[in-house]
Amino acid sequence: MSALSFPFATLPRTTGTAAEVPPLADTDRKPLTKKEISADHPTWCPGCGDFSVLALYFKLIERRKLWHEKVTTVAGIGCSSRFPYFVQAHGAHFIHGRALPFASGVSLSRPDIHVFVFGGDGDAFSIGGNHFSHTARKNIKMTYVVMDNFVYGLTKKQTSPTSPIGFKSKTDIWGSTDRPINPMKQAIAAGATFVARTTHTNPNHVLEMMEAAMDHDGFSYIECLSECVEFYAGAFDAANPRKGGKFDLVPKEHDVTDEYAAYKLADAAWPGHFGIFYRNPRATKNANEAKLIADHRAKVQGMSDWQILQKSFDRMK
Amino acid sequence: MSAVAEVPASAGGPSKFTKINEAVIRIAGNSQDGIQAIGGFLARLAGRSEQEVMTFMTIPSTISGGPSIFQVRIGSGEVLSAGDEADMLLAFYQHSYEDHIHSLKLGGVVLYDSDHVTPKPEWSERYRHVGVAISGKTVEAIGGTGRDKGKNIFALGLLARIYDLDVPKLKKLIDERFGGKDTAILQNAITCFEAGYNHQLQDLLKPYQFQHAEIRGGHQVVMNGNEALAFGLIAAGVRFGAGYPITPWSDIMELLRRELPKYGGMFVQCEDEIASISMAIGGSYGGRVAVTGSSGPGISLKTEALGWAIMAEMPLVVVDVQRGGPSTGMPTNIEQSDLNIACFGGHGDSPRVVIAPSGVEDCFYTAIEAVNIARKYSTPVIILTDQGIATRIEAFVEPDLKNICQDLTPDLTPVADHKPYDLKAADGVTRHLPPGTRIASGKYPVVTGLEHDELGHPSGSPKLHMAMTAKRRNKLKKLAAELPAPQTYGPNEGQVLLIGWGSTHGPMREAVDRFRGLGDAVSCVSLKYVHPLPNGLDEIIKGFRHVFVVELNDEGYYGYGQFGAILRARYCDPKIKGITKVDGLTWKVKEIIDSVRAQLSQPAGKA
Repeated sequence: MSALSFPFATLPRTTGTAAEVPPLADTDRKPLTKKEISADHPTWCPGCGDFSVLALYFKLIERRKLWHEKVTTVAGIGCSSRFPYFVQAHGAHFIHGRALPFASGVSLSRPDIHVFVFGGDGDAFSIGGNHFSHTARKNIKMTYVVMDNFVYGLTKKQTSPTSPIGFKSKTDIWGSTDRPINPMKQAIAAGATFVARTTHTNPNHVLEMMEAAMDHDGFSYIECLSECVEFYAGAFDAANPRKGGKFDLVPKEHDVTDEYAAYKLADAAWPGHFGIFYRNPRATKNANEAKLIADHRAKVQGMSDWQILQKSFDRMK
Repeated sequence: MSAVAEVPASAGGPSKFTKINEAVIRIAGNSQDGIQAIGGFLARLAGRSEQEVMTFMTIPSTISGGPSIFQVRIGSGEVLSAGDEADMLLAFYQHSYEDHIHSLKLGGVVLYDSDHVTPKPEWSERYRHVGVAISGKTVEAIGGTGRDKGKNIFALGLLARIYDLDVPKLKKLIDERFGGKDTAILQNAITCFEAGYNHQLQDLLKPYQFQHAEIRGGHQVVMNGNEALAFGLIAAGVRFGAGYPITPWSDIMELLRRELPKYGGMFVQCEDEIASISMAIGGSYGGRVAVTGSSGPGISLKTEALGWAIMAEMPLVVVDVQRGGPSTGMPTNIEQSDLNIACFGGHGDSPRVVIAPSGVEDCFYTAIEAVNIARKYSTPVIILTDQGIATRIEAFVEPDLKNICQDLTPDLTPVADHKPYDLKAADGVTRHLPPGTRIASGKYPVVTGLEHDELGHPSGSPKLHMAMTAKRRNKLKKLAAELPAPQTYGPNEGQVLLIGWGSTHGPMREAVDRFRGLGDAVSCVSLKYVHPLPNGLDEIIKGFRHVFVVELNDEGYYGYGQFGAILRARYCDPKIKGITKVDGLTWKVKEIIDSVRAQLSQPAGKA
C-alpha cells in the first residue's frame, strides 16, 4: 500500500485566534439595519440606477429578516457586478459571464442558503449567454437580477447585447445595427420558471419583484432597467412617469402561467410592461438531485461511507 | 514469455507444461468483438490469483467499430509496463494478423481465426502459427444461429487451456459479468467458454503454466486508472463535482455521477467546460473541496476560472486526463504534453500545484493527496494523469478503506472574527469560511478575483499586490519544502540518470533493470510532485554524468521536452537532456534504451 504523504489533517478554520462564540438564537436576533448590511461605499457614478437596486436589496434583507450568513451574493464582472463588495454578507465576485454556474455550485451544494446573483446585460446575455439558458432550463434555485443598462459601462461605452439599433457607441460610432436581445423572451424561451421586469425608478415595484422572486422555488429572473447616466443617459425615460414616460403594469388579466401570453407580452412596444410575466413552478434541479440522493441513500441505510465504497471494491476483485 | 525450465513431472517423464513466469498476450480484432472483455477477464483473473497484471489498449476514435487491440501482461513477479513484445498474438481478422504480427517476439505464437485469416507463408518461419476456426466453432457451439457473437469467450476458453488458467475462477468471473442478465446469455457464454477450453489443439501447442506467484499481502482489486482516481476522490470525501464530457475524462465523471448520490453527493453535467469549473469552484466555496476535470481542449477552456481560484485561493481539484494535442489532436492516444498548461496555463502570476500519478494504484492515492493539499494550502491542485493510465487495468492491493476514507463535512459553527486573506496568518495560508457561518464581528468576507485586502475587498495598492502575490507564492514554496524528497531507483551515483514524471514510471524502471542487468550504471527518478518541485533533485542530478528526461511530448524548439525545459530552467544544468516521442503510444522499454544509447553515442556539444 502506498503511504499518503499528505494524510487528512484538521485545519484551522480561521486565520485569527479561535475564540468561542456564544450561541445566538434566531429569536434573540434583531432584524439587520441598513448600516449592518452595507459594506464598502459603492463605486458607481453619482446618479447610477444601480444605487436603487442595492438600496432595495438592503430593504429586502431587512424586511425579510434575513441574517448575514443566510444569504450569499454572487456577481460576475461589470459595473453592477461590484455588488457583493457593497453588501455585508458572504459574497463572491467571480469572473465575467460565469456568475450563474458559480452560484449554481453554491446553491446545489448548500440548499440552506439563498443565493442572489447580480449582474449586467453583458454578463447575462453576451459572454455568459450560454449559462443563462442552461441555469434557467435546469431551474437551479436562485434569484438573478440583471441590471440592464443597454451599454457596456465599466469599459466606457461599447455596444451591449441589449443596445437598441442605432445606438452610438465607441464600437458603433455610426449607430448599432445588430438586433438586440429581448431578455424577457430569452428567459421565457430558456425555461426560466419566474420572469419579471422592473425599473430602478420605481423602488416599490423593484422590492415587490425581489420579494416575489425570493419566494419562488426555482430560478427566478428579474430584468431591471438600470440607467447608466454616464454612457446612456435617458435610456429609460420612456418608462419613467417623472420624465414624461409611462409605467405600464402587466395587465391584470394576464395569465402568468401561460408561456405564449408571456412571450407575446415581451413583444410589446417600448417601454413595454412591468411586473411578473411568467411564473410557473416546476421541480428544481435542487429538488431532483435531493430525491436522487434520498433514493440512493435509502439503499445504503445504516452504512458508513467507507462501507459503501468497500462494497464497490468487493465487486472489483 | 520467459520460459523458466522444462520442469520434469514428479512421476518422471516430460512435463505436459512449459513453465513461464510471465506472458504478454495481444488480442487484436475490431472494437465491437468484445476483445476488451477477454482482456478484462484475464486481468481480473490475474488479480484474483495474486499475480501482477498490466494492460494496454487502443480504441479507435470512431464512434463504432474499427480495429482495436488489448494487450495483457501477466506475471508472477513485478510487472511495470505492458510489455514491449508479445508472446502470443490472438488475431481475429486478416488485418489484425497483418498489422500486429510484428508486435510478436521472434518465435512467438500467433493464434488466429482460420475462418478469417489466411496465414502468410513468409511468416511461418518466424512465428509459430496455430489456426483455429474460432468463428465457425463458436457458431457450432451455440447452436448455429449463424452469428459468431461469443467468439471472444470461445477464444478466452482457448487461452485458458493454453495457459492452464484457473477455470473455476474464470467461470465465476463470467458468471459475475453475465449472470445478472438473461440466463440464456450466461448459458451461451459458458457454452462458448467450454467449447474453446475443450477444443483439441493436439500437438499444435504445448500448454504453458505460470510459476506460482509470490503471495502478496491482502486481496487485490482490479480496475483502470480512471476508476481508481474517481474512487480516490470519493474516499477523500469529495461530494460535489461538475464536468463536461470529453475523452478520456468522461469515465471519471460518469462514475462520480453514478456513485456520489450514494454518499449524499452530486455530480453535475454542465453546458460547457467553463461552467464546469465555475460550478465546481462554487461548490468548493460552499465548504467542501469539489472536483472538475477534462482532457486537453477542455483544460484550455478552464484556465480563466482556474486563475480566479488561484487569486481567490479556493481549494479545488482539477483532473486532466492528457491525450494527444494540440486542439482535438489524438483523442484516444497518450501524450504528456499538457504539462506546460498545467503548470503555467493562465494569465498573470498564478502559482498552483500539479501532481502526476505514476500508475493505476497511484491514481487512487494521488486523488486523496490532491484533496488534502488543496485543503491544507487553500489552492487548486491539478492531477495530471493520461490516456494510458486512464484506460489500462492493473491489479493492486486493496486499500484499507476504513482508515483511509475522509469526512469533509463543512463546519458552520460561528466564529468571532474572520479575515480570509490575513497577511499575518500563522502558517501563511488563507482560510475560507463557508457561507452559512455566522461571524460575530459582523464583518463578512468576499472571495474575489480582483486584487484584494485581507477581507477580500478590492485594492489597487501596489504594496498590497506585492504582499498578496508573495503570499500566494510562498505558501506553495512551503508546500515544496514539505514534499517528500525524490528517491532514485538504483544507486545514487552512476553514468546515466533518467528522470520522468507520471506514467513513465513503469517503463523507465524496467529500462533501468535491463541496463543494470547488462552492467550499465543507470538509475532513474520518477517524480509525482511536478509543480512545485520537491527539494533534493539537484543533489541527485550531481551524482550522474548524463541526465535524460524521459517524457511523451515534443522536443520543442530547443531540443528538450516540457519537463526537461523546466528542469533546465530550475537547475541551470546543461547536462540535462531530453528523450521524447509523440507517437501516441506508451514507452516501450526498448525505445528508452535505444534513445539513451543514441544520445550517448552523439558527439559532445550536440544536443
